[in-house]
Amino acid sequence: MKIVIIGNGMVGYKFCEKITAKAKPGQFQIIVFGEEIRPAYDRVHLGEFFSGKSADDLTLATAEWYSSNNITLHLGDPVISIDRENKTVLSHAGITASYDYLILSTGSAAFVPPIPGTDKKGVFIYRTIEDLEMMTAHARKAKKGAVIGGGLLGLEAAKAMIDLGVTDTHVIEFAPRLMPRQIDDAGAGMLKTKLETLGLKILTSKNTSSILGDETITGMQFSDDTHIDVDMLVISAGIKPRDELAKQCGLEVGPRGGIVVNDHMQTADASIFAIGECALHNGMIYGLVAPGYEMADVVVSNITGGSKTFTGYDMSTKLKLIGVDVASFGDPFVAGTDCNTIVFEDKIKGIYKRINVSKDGKHLLGGVLVGEAEAYNMLLQTCKNKVILPPNPEDVILGSRGGSESDGGAGVLSLLDDALICSCESVTKAGICNAVTDQNCETIDAIKKCTKAGTGCGGCVPMVKDLMLHTMKAQGKYIRNVLCEHFSYSRQELYDLVKMKEIKSFDNALNEIGHGDGCEVCKPAISSIMASLWNEMILKKGNDTAQDSNDRYLANIQKGGTYSVVPRIPGGEITPDKLIVIGQVAKKYNLYTKITGGQRIDMFGAHVNDLPEIWSELIDAGFESGHAYGKALRTVKSCVGSTWCRFGLHDSVSFAIQIEERYRGLRSPHKLKGGVSGCIRECAEAQSKDFGIIATEKGWNLFVCGNGGSKPKHALLLATDLDSETCIKYLDRFLMFYIKTAEPLSRTATWLNKMEGGIDYLRNVVVNDSLGLAQQFEAEMQLLVDSYKCEWKEVVETQELRKRFNHFVNAPEEKDPTIQFDELREQKKAKEWK
Amino acid sequence: MNNTITQNITWFKACRTQDVPANGGVCVKYKDDQIALFHFTRRDEWYASQNMCPHRMQMALSRGMIGTQQGEPKVACPFHKKTFSLVTGECLSGDECSIKTYPVKVEHDYVYVGITADENMEDMMV
Repeated sequence: MKIVIIGNGMVGYKFCEKITAKAKPGQFQIIVFGEEIRPAYDRVHLGEFFSGKSADDLTLATAEWYSSNNITLHLGDPVISIDRENKTVLSHAGITASYDYLILSTGSAAFVPPIPGTDKKGVFIYRTIEDLEMMTAHARKAKKGAVIGGGLLGLEAAKAMIDLGVTDTHVIEFAPRLMPRQIDDAGAGMLKTKLETLGLKILTSKNTSSILGDETITGMQFSDDTHIDVDMLVISAGIKPRDELAKQCGLEVGPRGGIVVNDHMQTADASIFAIGECALHNGMIYGLVAPGYEMADVVVSNITGGSKTFTGYDMSTKLKLIGVDVASFGDPFVAGTDCNTIVFEDKIKGIYKRINVSKDGKHLLGGVLVGEAEAYNMLLQTCKNKVILPPNPEDVILGSRGGSESDGGAGVLSLLDDALICSCESVTKAGICNAVTDQNCETIDAIKKCTKAGTGCGGCVPMVKDLMLHTMKAQGKYIRNVLCEHFSYSRQELYDLVKMKEIKSFDNALNEIGHGDGCEVCKPAISSIMASLWNEMILKKGNDTAQDSNDRYLANIQKGGTYSVVPRIPGGEITPDKLIVIGQVAKKYNLYTKITGGQRIDMFGAHVNDLPEIWSELIDAGFESGHAYGKALRTVKSCVGSTWCRFGLHDSVSFAIQIEERYRGLRSPHKLKGGVSGCIRECAEAQSKDFGIIATEKGWNLFVCGNGGSKPKHALLLATDLDSETCIKYLDRFLMFYIKTAEPLSRTATWLNKMEGGIDYLRNVVVNDSLGLAQQFEAEMQLLVDSYKCEWKEVVETQELRKRFNHFVNAPEEKDPTIQFDELREQKKAKEWK
Repeated sequence: MNNTITQNITWFKACRTQDVPANGGVCVKYKDDQIALFHFTRRDEWYASQNMCPHRMQMALSRGMIGTQQGEPKVACPFHKKTFSLVTGECLSGDECSIKTYPVKVEHDYVYVGITADENMEDMMV
């Protein structure tokens, strides 16, 4: 049997995935024609292209996947005609393929309203990676932007504009409110306010009459005689099904587009099916990916002997628009006598919630959430499964406010077995619970692998986790945060065991308190504990292969397989002579150089073979390892302080250097960063660090548990007006307490978050010595400080260790020949990976 | 996949056993290709696979951490911690990609990697 699929978008790909999973080997010969030059990619997350994801990150499956499943993939080659009589298709490149079943998954194109001037330069649509690439190129010169369309896609495009740096952007919507199809007036008003605080300008009830400019866009004229100046416009006003092929071969299409199909997704021609956004089912075009996947499943069932039908799809959605959660479910707009509406509005926080409850107060009919949508999955399931509401229905939207996590869990339990948890992959609550009870899936990864739940948009993962934990608890399983299958202890327990049993090698740890061979989870965790406890050279005693790769090579692996080199520059202070050495070394070994966020210099692109030589030269000039590769103290950033600054109260640089040198090489559950500011102006940004010190008139204020990164967190004030000695004492205690009790890979902020009693408890331990451990902490820290040695110095001086820095074991003098660089701004950069 | 290797194996002399770190890996140059060779010292077992991680086409698996999952030997790529079975080559982190594995034997303190004659080694190159 031959199947030809026209279109290689998300739904077309899903069809390939489902048919290969279902078919017997060799049952079908599958040929795919795709118009775009890339294999199917994740269009839903297209916007992430601007926040740094590459086109490859978005790819759903590689070309190898298709070939290894015997699927012939013709990319960049659209089908131009279908011959229904002879059951063949003809492609643009001249390929004729015959079919027994033809699947049309041609998707949709952007709908461009008939406005004069849409052909001008600087006017874009938002649909494919190519569109985004063209937008990126133009955005460099653009200052004022606009988006036509205030719906889902339009707001996504507006987000893309912000990401591209065009922050002065108008959103123009024809309807009187944003997202008119999903949310009500009040919700849209709240959304508008929120988006305006982010800098977007929202114009509703605006009808664009023409696009101004000669060759390139310069402005937009509206029907109410107003106009705005813009130099970039994105049209994202809706979709138009790609039904031209179907029309051309005589298949029925709807009056406003879309290929007409029955409940089997079958067209009037029994051997032709249509799925996804090009299909018109019961008068509806489904512009979301989940129903498209469902349609793919229906067709796979029908051509492999099943008889599944498509009976419409719930169009509830939840999404994060430019940092604002928006969701709508069920019927968001019901009004009138058969329903009561409960509304919660908080204009300070920008939260709007509305639920529509049946007249008898028993059932949830639908609703809208803006600003906070954590309860979405629960509400959707409550609505879909007609779960009886609690006596005070408002609890379902108010209860989750700042409530404990267990609320969510109890909510999950009240769902019916056939409640759909993962709508992308159609996995029910029973499906997930059975995976736990029958297949012994006890991790999210195991459940993902077993049921595919959570592998689509990922939105259901928290619910899946709740369900998993509750099911395990219900089975009487004691849930403990054990490290992995090789060690049945938590990190804190392991820390104590390693200490009491004086374990100093990973092999020993396995023999004494673990079993099996270890893995990439327990090896670095145990290695880190041993380093925190004993501070021995990490590459000795056979521990080298138990280190994370970066620790094993004492350098950070970068794209392409080269490494970066970061010597320590305490407090960010460096002499001209040392600067010259860095320049000379970088030049000699052809390294890319960049100033880091921690006030030091990173040299990229070093071959593994060159590392010992590079370090040998740096060490000769008085440098030492910066531990940029380790879960260890990185830098203590400083401002210039009272030695130069006219506002400075104390010498922040000297104090930063003292602290950085005290804790250099300190291994910890995660990286550690510090900062010292010489006055309240806080130029060292110390409050975004694991520990931050700010000068006051009387001494130093000590802040702890802050971080930057993806979830920025300000450090909290631990103690005020300390003298330098006390400040260091408190730091000793704080750091040791963290090292001893934190989970692997949790920063100080996360650690504090999980600590019962929070900062008050921590202050009690560190300042008031409530545990009576202060002296011990200080002594333990002093031991680590006294046993510090520069790891790189030891490698450079030890032939046996140096030997490990080769690429080929049987050709030690040769470098990896596959490493390639490109050039950028007169330096090299890693070749883009595939 | 044809896993039965019966005929036409050429044994390539890779290195001495002591050149491979305990419970770790090295990269072996074979003609224009790179093979990752691992010694599971605790079990005294040897495994070999392509050095390229198929996820981002990086020559890196020999630098990865090795270990086991339910007793099955595996390697974790240092770039994104994708793990691969060293027995079947299958990706254990749920991705579609897989790696090629090779037979290994040890004789007189030397390690040999088995290359089948019909192997089209160019396929492995980037």
